[in-house]
Amino acid sequence: MVGIAAWGAYAPRLRLSRKAVTEANAWVAPNLKAKGKGERSMANWDEDALTMAVEAARDALGPDDDRSHIDSLYFASTTAPFADRLNAGIVSAALTLEKSITATDVTGSQRCGLTALGQALAAGGRALVAVGEHRKARAASAQELDFGDGAAAFVIGEGPGAAQFLGRGSVTDDFIDHFRGDDGGFDYYWEERWIRDEGIVKLVPPAIRKALEVAGLSPSDVDHFCFPSTFSGMAATLAKTIGIRPEAVRDNLASVMGEAGCAHGPIMLAHALEDARENEVVLVAQFGQGAEALVFRATGKGPRPARGVTGSLADREVETNYLKFLTFNGLVEWDKGMRAEKDNKTALTTLYRNEDMILGLVGGRCRETGVVQFPRTRISVAPNNPAVDTQEPYKFAERRASILSYSADYLTFSMAPPNHYGMVVFEGGGRIMMDITDVAPGDVETGLPVRMVFRIKEIDEKRGFTRYFWKATPDRAAIAARSAQTQAAE
Amino acid sequence: MPQGIRDKVAILGMGCSKFGERWDAGPDDLMVEAYLEAMKDAGIEPTQLDAAWFSTHIDEIGTGKGGTPLSIALRLPNIAVTRVENFCASGSEAFRGAVYAVAAGAADIALAVGVEKLKDTGYGGLPVANPGTLNPQVMPNGSAPGNFAQLASAYRAKHGVSKEDLKRAIAHVSVKSHANGAKNPKAHLRKPITEEQALNAPLIAEPLGLFDCCGVSDGAAAAIVTTPEIARSLGKRDLVTVKALQLSVSNGYESQYNGWDGSHFHTARIAAGKAYKEAGIERPREQISMMEVHDCFSITELVTMEDLFISPEGQGWRDVLDGFYDADGGVPCQIDGGLKCFGHPIGASGLRMLYEMYLQLQGRAGERQLANPVFGMTHNLGGAPASNVCSVAIIGQEGA
Repeated sequence: MVGIAAWGAYAPRLRLSRKAVTEANAWVAPNLKAKGKGERSMANWDEDALTMAVEAARDALGPDDDRSHIDSLYFASTTAPFADRLNAGIVSAALTLEKSITATDVTGSQRCGLTALGQALAAGGRALVAVGEHRKARAASAQELDFGDGAAAFVIGEGPGAAQFLGRGSVTDDFIDHFRGDDGGFDYYWEERWIRDEGIVKLVPPAIRKALEVAGLSPSDVDHFCFPSTFSGMAATLAKTIGIRPEAVRDNLASVMGEAGCAHGPIMLAHALEDARENEVVLVAQFGQGAEALVFRATGKGPRPARGVTGSLADREVETNYLKFLTFNGLVEWDKGMRAEKDNKTALTTLYRNEDMILGLVGGRCRETGVVQFPRTRISVAPNNPAVDTQEPYKFAERRASILSYSADYLTFSMAPPNHYGMVVFEGGGRIMMDITDVAPGDVETGLPVRMVFRIKEIDEKRGFTRYFWKATPDRAAIAARSAQTQAAE
Repeated sequence: MPQGIRDKVAILGMGCSKFGERWDAGPDDLMVEAYLEAMKDAGIEPTQLDAAWFSTHIDEIGTGKGGTPLSIALRLPNIAVTRVENFCASGSEAFRGAVYAVAAGAADIALAVGVEKLKDTGYGGLPVANPGTLNPQVMPNGSAPGNFAQLASAYRAKHGVSKEDLKRAIAHVSVKSHANGAKNPKAHLRKPITEEQALNAPLIAEPLGLFDCCGVSDGAAAAIVTTPEIARSLGKRDLVTVKALQLSVSNGYESQYNGWDGSHFHTARIAAGKAYKEAGIERPREQISMMEVHDCFSITELVTMEDLFISPEGQGWRDVLDGFYDADGGVPCQIDGGLKCFGHPIGASGLRMLYEMYLQLQGRAGERQLANPVFGMTHNLGGAPASNVCSVAIIGQEGA
């Protein structure tokens, strides 16, 4: 027996107002005006499919930073930062998984998130599946409004866990509703009516029927039907075709986050698990050169994520500046100034030598004095006690921290000026001077509780290399708890 | 305890180029300008120089590495030239090298020259430095103002000072330096400013505005040092001697250990304490006649008043607002305009500070001359609050 032991999700904090987009583009695309409702999730400039997947995985894994129980990792995305560098390897290093795990990148289709999950469930063992997506779309396109950015992750384990795995069905057929070449550019779409009538309606039901058949269930047994599609009413049409009860069809989150590509089926599954009661049947399917369908039975047990889909969606900042969205997505040639001319070449030797420090935020703890520090060094930083070679690896990423000093810097180059950075002090010891992200002027002050997030540090556009590191961001849950405490005291 | 440098070395001559946006001059021209003035002041020939120390921080934009840029520019007689670099405190390092060589007896007469040619980058502010291979992978993409501005947030939190009060205090730091710089013909920035101008200037790095930041300038400064005996033999009277030379360097305590509170300079307090001891000064607030401190940013100067034990901790901002550091205050600070207005050609700044103290001690400071100074202190920082080098020097009347 195998199941989902835990799950997590991530949506970037920024939510682009669709109205801001349609109004800016009304001169060229008046036909899109009707789509100008609600908001879509928008990755900050320092987020990509991989960083979002890491955050979803951390949500699934919980605050315990002992990750030795994971023995295989699947990272799925059609927008992974590297075509030839194991993206799952970066995820693994960020999460400080064991070096002995198996790691796989899964890609190539909008259903690859569910394929990765299906493969992990079929293989058994203790696996982590992390799916992230950050697609680009041309300005004034429908996709720009339909898409969203986000991620979901699942911990797979023996036993039913939070959701027992019951069955899987797949259909593989080279039906090209859209494609994206290997130039990292934009999707090219065929006609909607053909996609709907000849593609989705014909290719998805056989996968779903197969999954239900394996599970020994009938369509009417399904309590939560998750099917992402940007075509309105598509899931309801499928449900009717198959015989799934109409009330089982779940909201596809189009109005609040948009559709996060290959991560969207997994995100809808995570969202359903947050709502599902004991014994309810959850069916998730996604279309893409055929279809993938997975069926689960919720147990009502197991750990719930700290954020999940619900928490991620609640943590939002509405962005009405469409130009900022275009700029973050590299769609505007803007004047970055001479300070941005510095070469961002990464010394790969240095990166590898400091892999756990840079990608995993691992420092050191002196086993004689207990003094914690970042980075780990041969001679301890402890004043008056410079012990030599006593440092053991010490993980900082899940530690609570606060701001000691900071500035909002308008001089230095930043993709989102002013660049906030400051000295971050960790509970339990250690401090790091680091970037602070997802903040606006006025948000930061000495004493502000912060948590760590895995983000893009720089992009070396000349060589196509993305550099990652950790940043601080306001711990909004801790801040809310603190202000609730203060109010209670008053 | 080492016996220290007090009164072992005298300043024979000093020189300083005009600071500013020297579109007309390359680093060689600047070095020659400072050197010729110092040689004339000393009244010696190049063949009398035994060794030289040369300070420049940024080698990427023209001055170059090694000792050759100085030796070639000045046509030195093939003597030893050592290039030193210690961030913005490089100039003090050149001076320290020359003074120690004389004190050790290795040289009778030694030269120190510092230079920086900053205005060949095409943009304002300091050049973006080459960060190496590890730092850019972990350190914030920051700037000097962003690093020093952090003092303000930590100082406010520690001492319970409001944003408005601290902003007004640092504005006064700059207003005072502009008033002083206006009287200095060699200064880069020579226009007085009002408190309103300082308060309302565009933000550079919160809470620092444009007038909270020092000038980014081209310039060079030079010192020639020898023993008091040789100075006298060359006909010099009323000697200015070196009383203390201290340097304290961060070891990671501030940036990696949870002890430092971010509101002050750990190194400055160590260097200042040692310098007072070396110079035999017990009551700095009364005994120090004047100071040139490293006012790269107004907030740096403000916290330095406490780090040098002139203002009590947490009270520096009040002393500043009370005018204690103004030209007519208890301990005039930045009487030449400081880094703020004289300018900050990095490798030259430590020597420029000493140049002003030397002129004042000799009664040669013109319009800005103070009455009867005895001890002049310089404070020259390099790096950032969380990781830095801090040089403190005291010079004064021989025998004082």
